[in-house]
Amino acid sequence: MKQRIMGATLAGSALLLELASNPAFAAGGAVEDKFKGMTFAVFGVIIAITMYITYWAAKHTHTTSEFYAAGRTVSGLQNGWAIAGDYLSAASFLGIAGLISLYGYDGFMYSVGWLVAYITVLLVIAEPCRNIGKYTLGDVLAFRNDPKKTKTVAALSTITVSTFYLTAQMVGGGVLIKTLIGIDYEVSVISVGVLMLAYVVFGGMKATTWVQIVKAVLLVTASVLLVIFTWAPYGFSLPGFLQAVVGDAKVQAQVAKLLGDAASTMSPQELGQRFLEPGLFLKSPIDQISLGMALVFGTAGMPHILMRFFTVPTAKEARKSVIWAMVIIGGFYVLTLFLGMGAAMNVGAANITAVDKGGNMAGPLLAQYVGGGADSMLGNLFLAFVAAVAFATIVAVVSGLVLAAASAMAHDIYVGVIRGDHATPKEQVIAARVASLIVGTLAILVGIAAKGQNVAQLVALAFAVAASSNLPAVFLTLYWKRTNTYGVMLGMLVGAISAIALVMVSPNMTYPRQVAKEAQKVLEGEPAQAAKPAQAAQVGEGFICELFAVCKKSEPAKHATAEKPAKPGALEKLAKLKERLPAISDAAEKTKAEGDIAKLEQDIKKAQDTYAKAEAEKVSMVGLDKPFFLLRNPGLISIPLGFLCVVLGSLLFRDKRSEAMWEELYVRQNTGIHAEAAAAH
Amino acid sequence: MSTSPMNWAAIDADPRFQALHRKKTRFLWGLMIFSVFYYFLLPIGAAYYQDLFKMQVWGPVNIGILFALSEFVVAWLIAYIYARKAVKFDAMAKELVNDAHRIGG
Repeated sequence: MKQRIMGATLAGSALLLELASNPAFAAGGAVEDKFKGMTFAVFGVIIAITMYITYWAAKHTHTTSEFYAAGRTVSGLQNGWAIAGDYLSAASFLGIAGLISLYGYDGFMYSVGWLVAYITVLLVIAEPCRNIGKYTLGDVLAFRNDPKKTKTVAALSTITVSTFYLTAQMVGGGVLIKTLIGIDYEVSVISVGVLMLAYVVFGGMKATTWVQIVKAVLLVTASVLLVIFTWAPYGFSLPGFLQAVVGDAKVQAQVAKLLGDAASTMSPQELGQRFLEPGLFLKSPIDQISLGMALVFGTAGMPHILMRFFTVPTAKEARKSVIWAMVIIGGFYVLTLFLGMGAAMNVGAANITAVDKGGNMAGPLLAQYVGGGADSMLGNLFLAFVAAVAFATIVAVVSGLVLAAASAMAHDIYVGVIRGDHATPKEQVIAARVASLIVGTLAILVGIAAKGQNVAQLVALAFAVAASSNLPAVFLTLYWKRTNTYGVMLGMLVGAISAIALVMVSPNMTYPRQVAKEAQKVLEGEPAQAAKPAQAAQVGEGFICELFAVCKKSEPAKHATAEKPAKPGALEKLAKLKERLPAISDAAEKTKAEGDIAKLEQDIKKAQDTYAKAEAEKVSMVGLDKPFFLLRNPGLISIPLGFLCVVLGSLLFRDKRSEAMWEELYVRQNTGIHAEAAAAH
Repeated sequence: MSTSPMNWAAIDADPRFQALHRKKTRFLWGLMIFSVFYYFLLPIGAAYYQDLFKMQVWGPVNIGILFALSEFVVAWLIAYIYARKAVKFDAMAKELVNDAHRIGG
């Protein structure tokens, strides 16, 4: 039966692939039409490999421990690769290389936090969780706290975090595949969803683990090859390579564009060197610290990462797996420095942003370049390979997330709370598969519904919620004697709610008045500006003013600016162009002017629509004119608040079970006595 | 593994467990605080010590780049130091695990 359904899924994905390669569904994208067949062949090979893995894994997945934890037989090394495969999402694989290619040093600095996060996982979370947990975050918390209450809260938090992250992955993935090969957004989302459902529902954790391993190996191979090709011309010398970046005209032009007026007094060499210095992208240090806190404490509270530690046989293997993951993830980020810088110099920021504003295409376009460029066979083969790796990345990350959310739903809520831990093993496996099917289907629907939404901030929000809700609860349950059920419940709820609420009033949301202003600028241009003298830095009215819009914030020093002439808006430009059109006699010039007119009309239509929509909405989703909370990431406030509430709740209320179980928990988390054993095979 | 009842309180009170607890707590807190401190030096340095970060020391390579790269090396070093130390913790725990049934029994 299972085999037959598997076969049907396989046929279904083959059909989707065929549909996707049909020109009607796949127009545009970074890959040119004549090379699309090759791209789909590479996709097909990767899908075939993962489907075979799923077929093999499904034959060995019968019990709950096999479904959720791959029978706890994954080795430390394998799990290290799987963690890397689970963690290195498209956002980090394409996004960070993109940030480096556009903003230089700041992009590289941004990547550091994603690795440092694993120190927390290694030192305080991985081994104790392996020693006392079973499958989920809820299991760890329920060890000494009231099982039903804490499992409910833990499942809610797990589902919230996974949903945020999952939505970002589905929407981001759909857009990415469309940008790369031009497959329709909906078709991309459904393909990713169907494949992910096949892995998770049939192969459970075993298939998910191996899909993640395959993806991580492909990703690292692709990156190493690209870096070799990019770096080799400079004899693998770091100063030599960076000297070429600094001396590159495209890099210098990008810096000049980013700096605006301030660039006018700088020499080309200075502009190039500026690319290797901080401050082109990340401008608010407090915001960076807030994001850093969310990463460093959030990764350790990510349910899909936590779940990976239950797949290894012992705490010692869990430790090994984090160390391997740190080697792979850290090594990968060091490689992205070369990928990003290489793309900045070889492809150029202007060409990268022409395909995708966020810079996501830096890596793929670099691949095309090192292979010989846009018209070469090899260049397009490289591009196809990187595109396929991006696709594998999306399905691998999404599978891990769906499994985490499904385990919270089936194991914590259904088996733990509703059935009071009295479900038969067979019922448990069925519940797990049904929950995966539900979560996976919802992910597809949410992905399609959220088309066109800006979801980038959802990843940072997922980390912030995990850091403010899950981590304080897990950390204090494991290490603080007085932690109890009430503290865990209060801390998790307040941590999660405050993180979400702060984001709702942060600059991440859309503020229609600002949008309308921008649209108006496009339409009507900017008036002339008188020269402004330099302005000294202004001290704000206190730290709280840097966080909330209640008093005067500090302002950095400003350079003097020269007089600026008025900038014409699109409406004015259009009028002038139309006036000039009849006078143009040269045919080529005339076609160009007509093209410009068409483009301007399009821009105007778009700006007018945006303006009308923004004027109608007036205020943001929660009724604000402008952000009330000034940071993009809420971690700085919500993480301490989460910790504080666990402590307060624990001190204000008493729970005998939490106290009575402390010694057992503390001895077991440190020694591994009675830890869940690996399945005997 | 059998799940016969254990006297957890007695194991907890065992001087060997207390020694493990003390050593581990001190070591982990120290390493954790150092790593968080070292990490946050990066954004703070990039924001408030830009002149230092811009100093070129090796061709175009400046202190900022070397410092960012050092973050990776330090993270790996911490993992290595912890792995070395954890072997000792493992040995201490193993002794307790072997004796667990006898303690307080």
